[in-house]
Amino acid sequence: MSETLSRVPIIDGWFTDDIDAPTLIGAKCSQCGTFVFPPRSSDCPNPNCDSITLDPTPLSRFGRIWSYTENCYAPPLPYVAAEPYEPYALAAVELAAEGLVVLGRVATGVRAVDLKVGMEMQLELDVSHRDADHEYMVYVWAPATPGSEAAQ
Amino acid sequence: MSNDRDIAILGVGMHPWGKWGHDFTEYGMVAARAALADAQVQWKDIQYVAGADTIRNGYPGFVAGATFAQKLGWNGARVSSSYAACASGAMALDSARAQILAGFCDVALVIGADTTPKGFFAPVGGGDRKHDPDWQRFHVLGATNPVYFALFARRRMDMYGATAEDFAQVKVKNSRHGLNNPNARFRKENVIADVLNSPIVSDPLRLLDICATSDGAAAMVVCSMDFARKHLGNTDGLCRVKAVGTVAPTYPQSVLELPDIASDSTAVVPAPARKWKDTIAFAAYEQAGIGPEDIDLAEVYDLSTALELDWYEHIGLCAEGEAEGLLRSGVTTIGGRVPVNASGGLACFGEAIPAQAISQVCELVWQLRGQATGRQVEGARVGITANQGLFGHGSSVIVAR
Ligand SMILES: [Zn+2]
Repeated sequence: MSETLSRVPIIDGWFTDDIDAPTLIGAKCSQCGTFVFPPRSSDCPNPNCDSITLDPTPLSRFGRIWSYTENCYAPPLPYVAAEPYEPYALAAVELAAEGLVVLGRVATGVRAVDLKVGMEMQLELDVSHRDADHEYMVYVWAPATPGSEAAQ
Repeated sequence: MSNDRDIAILGVGMHPWGKWGHDFTEYGMVAARAALADAQVQWKDIQYVAGADTIRNGYPGFVAGATFAQKLGWNGARVSSSYAACASGAMALDSARAQILAGFCDVALVIGADTTPKGFFAPVGGGDRKHDPDWQRFHVLGATNPVYFALFARRRMDMYGATAEDFAQVKVKNSRHGLNNPNARFRKENVIADVLNSPIVSDPLRLLDICATSDGAAAMVVCSMDFARKHLGNTDGLCRVKAVGTVAPTYPQSVLELPDIASDSTAVVPAPARKWKDTIAFAAYEQAGIGPEDIDLAEVYDLSTALELDWYEHIGLCAEGEAEGLLRSGVTTIGGRVPVNASGGLACFGEAIPAQAISQVCELVWQLRGQATGRQVEGARVGITANQGLFGHGSSVIVAR
């Protein structure tokens, strides 16, 4: 990371900035206990629940791949692609405790050929892109470190 | 087969699919006039216009029903305009059908037309709209539509052993089906190698696995059975709409669907036994009082080759994980037991969003009338369409004669 660039999230409030053990920030219904991602502060999506309040909650850092792909061409704006463009993978990861499947980019350097449905993944942070003043951080899925919580 | 919820399809018409970048209403007018001529109904006698909207053509596209009523010449008909992404055409038909069955009108024009940009669909609206999930999926993830198609394709490979050759075989089949369809944009026979040699767009899907975006238009004239009887003297052999299943998900939507970034949670409410895309056709079957075993042909939304295989399972042609086997056995090829996408499907048409669901019904009508020259499914009596529009719009139409 360049010392002159300030590090900011690509989108506000979706993940913590703990570079060693980041978590996604979801929302949890204070009444029925269901989870929501991306986070929001109101309106439980469970039709059997009339709660208006949702509270921020950290989501599991570990999960298993539901499916995955790789973008061989740069997506259009508002995706900000680096020049020259490097293909990158995306994975939808199932979080067991929350019953959520969360789509994310996969860590730089890990390609589709390295992935498999069911594979254990962990949440990390990576640089999405830079401008003159900022380094924009994004959550990414990466193969779980051996010996991690997920691998046990 | 008949019941008191039937409406008749008097006429259908299309403007061929292509890529010209003309005013979308030009295409729509050709389709409307063709459907009126086919129905032998005068425009001035149409009582209701159900337009399917296009959101990439400014205000006229948002009020498609009014746009076409004005262009045909205001005739006093009431108008509606529906937007349900890829399911817009079915929603427009559903609107016309409800008006007819409620007795508010006797005869209606259902119409959709589009002009589409080249390349990937980007989010509509422009600017930084940080609360719009459609903006979020592009900005944060680069999750284009083919990304979602690819997630489903990859699951078929890792879960059921689907191969790139299976996906390519869907394209090969559909390219043969559409070869003689005068309304198809792509009329070139593809072989497996064509698909496998095309560049990978979103792994594992290649360029020829993914449908293009097209210009095109489709229209139909629908009416009450009473109107049809007066108009024609009898209703023998008329194509009837037996069912329109426009089904939204039931919480929790446990499958990650385009354009969502996450599924609903199954932590508190378990996933429904029948998932959303399985409910779409089954809602239509229930309305029509029939089942998958009664179907002679299907037009399903092959946004990608692999998604066609998913639809075999969603509409009940086979159990989950068995679609590749069904494809390989030839059941879904013309000449097989239940040909799928005899029109050539999106593989040969590309997608003209508001026209597409209507064009699926047009194809069923031509097939059931025995007018599908060069791609006829012999003896077809009952057909089904199925598709899915972004943000939870299911659509399935059953037509029988
Ligand atoms: Zn709740």
